[in-house]
Amino acid sequence: MGIELHFGPVLAERDILLRGIWLTVMLSASAIILGSALAILLVATRSLGSKFFQTMVDCYVELLRNTPFLVQLFIIFFGLPTLGLRLSGVEAALLAMVLNLAAYATEIMRAGVEATHRSQLEAGASLAMTPLQVFRHVVLIPALAKVWPALSSQFVLMFLASSIVSFISVEELSGAAAIIEQQTFRSFETYIVVTIIYLILALALKAMLSWFGRLVFPKVSGIVYRQVGAGA
Amino acid sequence: MIVAFGWNELLFIITSAGWTLLLTAIAFISGGLAGGIFALVRLSRLKILRRIAAVYIAVIQSIPVLMVLFLSYFGLYAAGLELPPLIAASLSLGIYVSAYLAEIWRGSIEAVPFQQWEASESLAMTRGQQYRYVILPQAARISLPPTVGFLVQLVKNTSIVSVVGFIDLTRAGQLVNNATFDPFPVFGAVAAIYFLICFPLSRLSRRFERILNVGRIH
Amino acid sequence: MSVVSIEDVHKSFGALEVLKGVSLSVERGQVVAIIGRSGSGKSTLLRCVNGLEPFQSGRIEVAGHVVDQDPERLRMLRKDVGIVFQSYNLFPHLTVGKNIMLSPRVTQKVSAAEALERAKEVLAQVGLLEKFDAYPDALSGGQQQRVAIARSLAMQPQVMLFDEVTSALDPELTGEVLLVMEQLARKGMTMMLVTHEMNFARGVANETVFMHEGKVWEHGPSAKLFSSPETAELRNFIKVNIK
Repeated sequence: MGIELHFGPVLAERDILLRGIWLTVMLSASAIILGSALAILLVATRSLGSKFFQTMVDCYVELLRNTPFLVQLFIIFFGLPTLGLRLSGVEAALLAMVLNLAAYATEIMRAGVEATHRSQLEAGASLAMTPLQVFRHVVLIPALAKVWPALSSQFVLMFLASSIVSFISVEELSGAAAIIEQQTFRSFETYIVVTIIYLILALALKAMLSWFGRLVFPKVSGIVYRQVGAGA
Repeated sequence: MIVAFGWNELLFIITSAGWTLLLTAIAFISGGLAGGIFALVRLSRLKILRRIAAVYIAVIQSIPVLMVLFLSYFGLYAAGLELPPLIAASLSLGIYVSAYLAEIWRGSIEAVPFQQWEASESLAMTRGQQYRYVILPQAARISLPPTVGFLVQLVKNTSIVSVVGFIDLTRAGQLVNNATFDPFPVFGAVAAIYFLICFPLSRLSRRFERILNVGRIH
Repeated sequence: MSVVSIEDVHKSFGALEVLKGVSLSVERGQVVAIIGRSGSGKSTLLRCVNGLEPFQSGRIEVAGHVVDQDPERLRMLRKDVGIVFQSYNLFPHLTVGKNIMLSPRVTQKVSAAEALERAKEVLAQVGLLEKFDAYPDALSGGQQQRVAIARSLAMQPQVMLFDEVTSALDPELTGEVLLVMEQLARKGMTMMLVTHEMNFARGVANETVFMHEGKVWEHGPSAKLFSSPETAELRNFIKVNIK
C-alpha cells in the first residue's frame, strides 16, 4: 500500500504561500504587541481601580477564556455588521486575536503583579509615591520579568491559533493552504508543507521571545519569587 | 428564506452541544491513554525512546491543532481509510491531546520530590513498584489542576472539527446563523453553552490548585 | 516644639493589643533609640509614625503633619519622613542611582539634572558613589542598606526612621551602616531608631526609650538609662543584651 506524494504542484503555488506566511506573521506580531498593551492597561485598571473595575476586568477575562476563539471570531465578524460596523476579514481577525490574547495575558500578568513582595510596595509608598507610580515604576517590570516564560508560551499559542482565522476566509497561511488544496487536489502534501512552515515559524518565534526576555529582563534578582505559571 | 431564531433552532444547537461533549470525552480518554504512555516513554531510561517521545511532543505542541486535524484526516484518507467524521475528529484530537497530556503528566511525575524515589528505592522496590505505589499516586494529585485546565482547552478546541465534516456546537451555530441571519442571539447562545461547560471546570482547576498549594511544602 | 509628637496611641492587630497607650516626643535634631524585646511593640510604633500601620486611638503628629490614613496627606507626610527597613527593599530592576533618583523625580517633580546631583551627593555621603551604576544584587547587605539610607535622604526629609536596619546583616557589615547613621546624627538629623545595637543606642542616641508589653516602660537620657536602670524589666533586658 504505497502512498504517492507529489509536492511539485504545491510548491508551484509559492506566491500564495508566501503571501499567506506574510499575513500570518503580520497578524500574529500585531496581535502580540497590541494584546500585550491592552493587557497591561487591564492589569493596571484591576490593580488600581475600584471594585467595580476589578469585577469588569475579571468578567472580561473569564468570558474570553471560557469560550472558543472561533466563536469569538464569528461574533465579531458576523455580529458587528448588524450593529452597523462592517469589518473586513483581516480586521475582524486582528480584533479577535487582540481581545483574546489580552484576556489570557491579563491573567498571566496578574499573577506576576500579585507576587510582588509587600516590602516593595511599602518601600514605594514610603517614598511618597502614589499607587499608580508604584505600579508603573516598582511593580510592572519585575512582574513582567517573572511571568515572561508563561507570557511567551501564550504568545506562541496565539500564533498557532491564528490558523483559525481561515474560517472567515482570511488568506493567511491556513487560508492559503485551503486555496492551494482546492487548486491542486494534493490535500495531504499541501498540509504537510504548511505544517512544516508553521513548525519553523513557531520555533523561530520561541527563539525570538527567549532572546527578547534575556535582553529586556536581565536584572530581576535579589528577592526570591514564587514560580508563577499560566493558568488554563 | 430567512427563518426566525426559535425553539427548533435552539434545540438543534443544544443537541449539537451533546455531540461536542461526546467528542471531548472520546478525545480525552483516547488521548489520555496515549498521553500516559508517551509520558512514561519520555521518562524512559533509554535515551533513544526519550528522544522519540520528546520530538513527537515538541512537534505537536508547535503546530496548530487545525493542522493536526487536517494531517491525520488527509493522512488516513491517503492511506485509503475514509472514516466517519466522529471517529476522524476524535482520533485527530486524540493525537493533539496525547502530546499535551504527556507533557503535563511528565511534569507532574518530575515534580514529585526526588526524596520519594530515594526512599522507595531504599525499600528495595522495583522501578515498576516505585511508580505504582509511590510516584504515580503523588503525581496524580499534582497533575489535577493542569489536567482539568487542559480539559477546558480541549472543549474549546473541538470548535474547529467542522473542517472534517463533524457537526459540533460551533458548526451548529454557523448553520443556524446562515438560516436566521441573527448572529448575536445565535452565537451568543453558543458562547453561553461553552461558558456553562468551561467555567465550572476552570473554577475546579483553580480550586484543585489552591488545595494542592496548601498541602505542599514550598 | 516637638518634631514628633506621639500621644496615648493604642493599636491592636485584631484582638491583640500591641500598643497600650504610648506617648513620646522627639525634638528637632534629637536622636531617639527605641529598645525592647521582640513583641514589645517597637517596630509597630515606628511604622505608625509614617502611616504604614493604622492605629485605633491617640494622636501622632510629625513635622507638622497629622498622621491619619488619608492617602494624600500620607503622601505629603512621607516626603518629610523617611524610613529605612530591615530588609532594605531596594528595587531590584533599577540601578543604585536610579533607585535613589526615582522618587524625587516622580513625586517631587525634581528635574533630571537636579535628581542626578542629589543622588550623587547622598551616595557620596554614605560612601558609595562608585556604585552609582551597579545593580542591587551586586552589592553586599551593608552596601545595600547604605543605598537604602541614601535613597531616603534624597527626599530631603525632616525626620528619619530606622527599623532594625542592622538586624539582617552579618556582624562585620553592621559597622559601616552604623557609621553612616552616626554621621547623620552629628549633622543634626532628627532620628528615631528601633535597634538591638545597645552600644550604638548608648553612644549615639540622646534619649533611649525602653518599651515593654506595648508601653513606654522607661525613658530618659541614654547614658543614665543604661547605667542606672530603674525597673527590673530594664535591668534584666540590659543584662541579657549587653555582653
